[in-house]
Amino acid sequence: MTTANPALETHRLRLLDLPRPTRTAGAVTTTLSVARRTVLHNIRNPQVFVLGMVQGAMFLLIFRYVFGGAITSGIRYVDFLVPGFVGTGVLFSGMGSATGAAEDLTLGLFDRLRSLPVPRLGVVAGRVVADTALATIGLTVTTLVGFAVGFRTSAPIGGLLLAFVLCIFAAFAFTWMFVLLGLIAGTPQAAQGMGLLVFPFTFVSSAFVPVESMPGWMQAFARNQPLTQLVNAVRGFSLGDKAEQVLGHSAGYFAGRTVLWCALFILVFAPIAARRYQRG
Amino acid sequence: MPPILEAHGLTKRFKSTQALAGLDLTAERGQVTAILGPNGAGKTTFIRMVATLLLPDEGSLTVAGIDAIKEPERVRRAIGLAGQSAAVEDNMSGRENLELIGRLFGHGSRQAKASAGVVLELLGLGESADRLARTYSGGMRRKLDLGASLVGAPELLLLDEPTTGLDPRSRNDLWDAIRDLVAAGTDVLLTTQYLDEADHLAARIAIIDHGRVIAEGTPDELKSRAGADVIQVHVAHVADIDRALEVLAPLGHDTPRVDRPTRSIAIPVEKGSSRLLEAVRVLDGLGLEVSDIGLRRATLDEVFLSITGRPADETENPDPTPRRRRGQRPAPAPQESLR
Repeated sequence: MTTANPALETHRLRLLDLPRPTRTAGAVTTTLSVARRTVLHNIRNPQVFVLGMVQGAMFLLIFRYVFGGAITSGIRYVDFLVPGFVGTGVLFSGMGSATGAAEDLTLGLFDRLRSLPVPRLGVVAGRVVADTALATIGLTVTTLVGFAVGFRTSAPIGGLLLAFVLCIFAAFAFTWMFVLLGLIAGTPQAAQGMGLLVFPFTFVSSAFVPVESMPGWMQAFARNQPLTQLVNAVRGFSLGDKAEQVLGHSAGYFAGRTVLWCALFILVFAPIAARRYQRG
Repeated sequence: MPPILEAHGLTKRFKSTQALAGLDLTAERGQVTAILGPNGAGKTTFIRMVATLLLPDEGSLTVAGIDAIKEPERVRRAIGLAGQSAAVEDNMSGRENLELIGRLFGHGSRQAKASAGVVLELLGLGESADRLARTYSGGMRRKLDLGASLVGAPELLLLDEPTTGLDPRSRNDLWDAIRDLVAAGTDVLLTTQYLDEADHLAARIAIIDHGRVIAEGTPDELKSRAGADVIQVHVAHVADIDRALEVLAPLGHDTPRVDRPTRSIAIPVEKGSSRLLEAVRVLDGLGLEVSDIGLRRATLDEVFLSITGRPADETENPDPTPRRRRGQRPAPAPQESLR
């Protein structure tokens, strides 16, 4: 035994005094603690996070200046495109959630959390809340880049705020599904592979081109899938009448359908993700 | 008080691998119990079961008097998990890590801070407490990981191969830390591949193989089954091996093992130093040329061999627990640590 360190004697007594918690952590404490950890994990090691935003900005520039000239959208293409980009950004940050959740699994972090007396939904909710916060940062950047490349709006500030809040809510709802995907995938690589699922949703939508330009059978999907509702709602809120005429419905119509989709996502995927997390 | 841990007939199957095959184990309070076994023996599967991360297919498991299968939530209040199954957050400081886990154990924010501070000092991480964990050395990370399991002052600490992959110095440091915890009254269940680790830390050792306890006892009891010490002789000429064997075998407590290519003979003995002197005398009496002779402790291999009849590293499967990890697999420990 090599415990000649006199300081250890006091440590020994202090460890004996270390109190055992009298209660267990509630859902809110768990969610916020785990969320804080996930946000710090990304902010303090920002390569992946920043690269994602750079990639997004690059796509925006390509569509704006390369493809844009060839696409007829009924309104100025940059005005059509930027809301589309803001909406798809929500899906792309979801891919990051899937790989992030898979990484938490492989690093053993989830093992530690699962051995603690915390509500299982709280841990997954923490991941989702953090990813929503990160998506909000991405959303802000995309919006600013959008204005920089020529997007203009005369909508009241309230409409713009509504559009922004709707995007955040959609990010929150979609993240449940992406976290579940990550948990099922098990490794970040596999999660990234599964993340490719977002491509049909981003491109077969009204995000980059008008749905009317697609073949009829494809229009049925493109017109009704959740991303189209979100993108069109953002267009309606930010561009007003001229967009609503082209799209055929009001901003409220699309916003309502977006909210329904989101509610469905949360109701279906939150319980499954929580159960899957507990199973490990 | 019931034992801190009681397992009966635990089984677990992963696809084609029988990870646990009817494991029985009782661990008493107030001591360290070590689960010793080679890779793939079922150690990690078992400790994950105790940590409520896995359910057994069959059998019963009681932790701190609580049925771990029926009431995992209550078991989680009694345990702390560290080692290869658990992790620290690289992008948070040591202090932030421990405060986070303290909160999740149920402490209020003030108590989480206080407990984190005590644990950091206890483990000698006080000076590095505010640096990000990604700047820590391997040994410091393990200590932080150990600390994370302590902030909730658990009744039972579960350590899954706590020192695998550490250099000998960090290993000794961590052993000291674990001994101090035990002195302070924490019960510990640890898994290890190293006999010397179990020997240094544990009052009871259970050796497991193929998902079953094959031997159980105090370190001395187990080692005496293989011979507490081993005399290792290298003769200078191959031709001398058989003559040397003839005179050395009677000194041993078990059959000597011979490795002809290296001209070495290993004789398990009970009274190490006096037997060594005798061995030198008889070899000298024969006039045999000896290139090396020495006394060393029995290795896990030898204990294993004497119990199972096969070396510990001849396992068909790597660790059968389907644990998905990347880039974190600890390197095998240096050879000298096997002594």
